[in-house]
Amino acid sequence: MIELIVGLAFTVLLLVGGLMFGRANDRKHLASIKRREERYRDIRLDNRKRVESPETVEATALVMGQYVSASDYFKAFATKLRGLVGGEMNSMITLMERARREAVLRMVESAKEQGATEVWNIRFETSNISSMSGKRGAAQVEIIAYGTAVRRSSIA
Amino acid sequence: MIVVNTEDVPGRTITQVLGLVQGNTIRAKHAGRDIMAGFKNLVGGELKGYTELLTESRRQAIERMMQQAQQLGADAVVNVRFTTSAITSGAAELYAYGTAVKLG
Repeated sequence: MIELIVGLAFTVLLLVGGLMFGRANDRKHLASIKRREERYRDIRLDNRKRVESPETVEATALVMGQYVSASDYFKAFATKLRGLVGGEMNSMITLMERARREAVLRMVESAKEQGATEVWNIRFETSNISSMSGKRGAAQVEIIAYGTAVRRSSIA
Repeated sequence: MIVVNTEDVPGRTITQVLGLVQGNTIRAKHAGRDIMAGFKNLVGGELKGYTELLTESRRQAIERMMQQAQQLGADAVVNVRFTTSAITSGAAELYAYGTAVKLG
């Protein structure tokens, strides 16, 4: 009987801890993303294949950004619950969105370091890399964003 | 060696297509990192250990692809794409592939 109560209390503690820390982490990350997106407003992003005005291109380079995310205990639990009734998993949606925005930001940072002003042909890849710790049902997802950074020669 | 993921190198012309080149790595996860990841799965956030691991592996895969292109005498690799696959629990394969070309 005692073991049951202790077990239950522990689970509740993990859930509450996951919820609180998870929410705080998410919010902090989202704020950081918004701040950096403001800073990199001037970089032009395009996912079309053909670079416009190729004659003014000075240099090109492959750039990429990546992010590996883990979800917290509460999200894993909520996901399992959601799995019973089906429907949209809101917590996962925001998780993936933050991961993608972060990957794009890192790619843009890398482009800016090389003096580029545009990134073309942006693509995304997602992979599930959950391992033994994944048996808790938590999603460990890697997102990469990659594209071709373009530096234009200054118009004389 | 120019490496791009567009179909051609903007501003240059492709004079010869040398063929498909590729590079890959298979990396096993570190036990220590996995324990940290297990902890992170309680509170969420970024798995920095894995991000670094996969970044390093991807860089190696790209380098191998560039080496192959160099052996063919290429000036650039175009239309580069990536895939990641979890092989077993504990190992991931990073694969980069593209088309090696000579530029005019």
